[in-house]
Amino acid sequence: MAELKTKDVLFGPILYNNPIALQVLGICSALAVTSSLKVSLVMCAAVIAVTCASNVAVSLIRSQIPSSIRIIVQMTIIASLVIVVDQFLQAFAYQISKQLSVFVGLIITNCIILGRAEGFAMQNGPWLSFVDGLGNGLGYSLILVVVAIAREALGAGTLLGYAVMPEWYVPNGLMLLPPSAFFLIGLFIWAVRTWDPEQVEEEEYEMQPHRVREAF
Amino acid sequence: MEHYISLILQAVFVENLALAFFLGMCTFIAISKKVEAAVGLGIAVIVVLSISVPVNNLIYSYVLQDGALSWAGLPNVNLNFLGLLTYIGVIAALVQILEMFLDRYVPALYNALGVFLPLITVNCAILGASLFMVERNYNFSESVAYGFGAGIGWALAIIALAGIREKLKYSDVPAGLRGLGITFITVGLMSLGFMSFSGISL
Repeated sequence: MAELKTKDVLFGPILYNNPIALQVLGICSALAVTSSLKVSLVMCAAVIAVTCASNVAVSLIRSQIPSSIRIIVQMTIIASLVIVVDQFLQAFAYQISKQLSVFVGLIITNCIILGRAEGFAMQNGPWLSFVDGLGNGLGYSLILVVVAIAREALGAGTLLGYAVMPEWYVPNGLMLLPPSAFFLIGLFIWAVRTWDPEQVEEEEYEMQPHRVREAF
Repeated sequence: MEHYISLILQAVFVENLALAFFLGMCTFIAISKKVEAAVGLGIAVIVVLSISVPVNNLIYSYVLQDGALSWAGLPNVNLNFLGLLTYIGVIAALVQILEMFLDRYVPALYNALGVFLPLITVNCAILGASLFMVERNYNFSESVAYGFGAGIGWALAIIALAGIREKLKYSDVPAGLRGLGITFITVGLMSLGFMSFSGISL
């Protein structure tokens, strides 16, 4: 039973309850860093590290946190972890940390992390919380990588810096600019909802069917 | 003076936090169904940004920057790494103080902004503006101009989006795109429109 639950906790957020596609959390950074695959992969690694570590930390001290100041406590834990990641990147991957610029710092305000700490780690033990953090981090990474592959391949004709598109392909510079990220996420949501129609939102107004009036 | 006006215009149009840097997207999408709510949130963001960016600027230049503590006799101390923790703390504290201040002295504004103020702490546009301010080495008066301009830009974007979405709810959108999907595509088109401002400077 316990094993099954661990599996559900790990794969649920990747496939059925993806934090970006369904819960629309943490899309700020998802859009901003996806113009190159390499940068996105580093960002994913950073986010996975922070979600796992913060979930474990919050879960370990969950019975000691007074509920009135829990958000501040969680924020402090997350911010400290992000500082560690930031310093690590600056030390070992300086170029990429320059490209990510402020978005490493913005992991702090990524709603996925605070949401998981508040919604899952506060009620569950450290091991399950770790798995939940991993699952949500991977779910986030899945979308990031898909969007990044589409943007880099179509926008620059390369993946991780190697040319992948055929000779005749003229790179479409628009894919590297901000608007294309919005279009891609919009289309992605469309695809997910066509695949699983249960997620379609209710219509606010019912449309009258079009009627042709008889002229005579 | 011209420098500051140019800085504000740049922050409002060219480097719009929402449409060019994707900051504050979660609230941007969630609170843009009604124009009134969008106006309330927009004003709250302007107020918090115009205070928090200059305050963080002061803290950065007198406490955190490399050698900034020389006035306290500690010229070799570099507290730069504490930046993220400090900025988010300052923002959370500021929002709390602002909330209490408005509750006590300007109840009308408090009632209008009430629900949106706590949301702002976790809005990445606020933290992002402070981080951009540090990255671009703005001085104090530049940071005042930048904070104000960035707030106006974000407010403008969310109010415009809310206006479009109010009209959009009468239109016949394909089932899968309804709601979230079409909103993203609309934001993409707006972002495309804002890109035409790039290159403008005074």
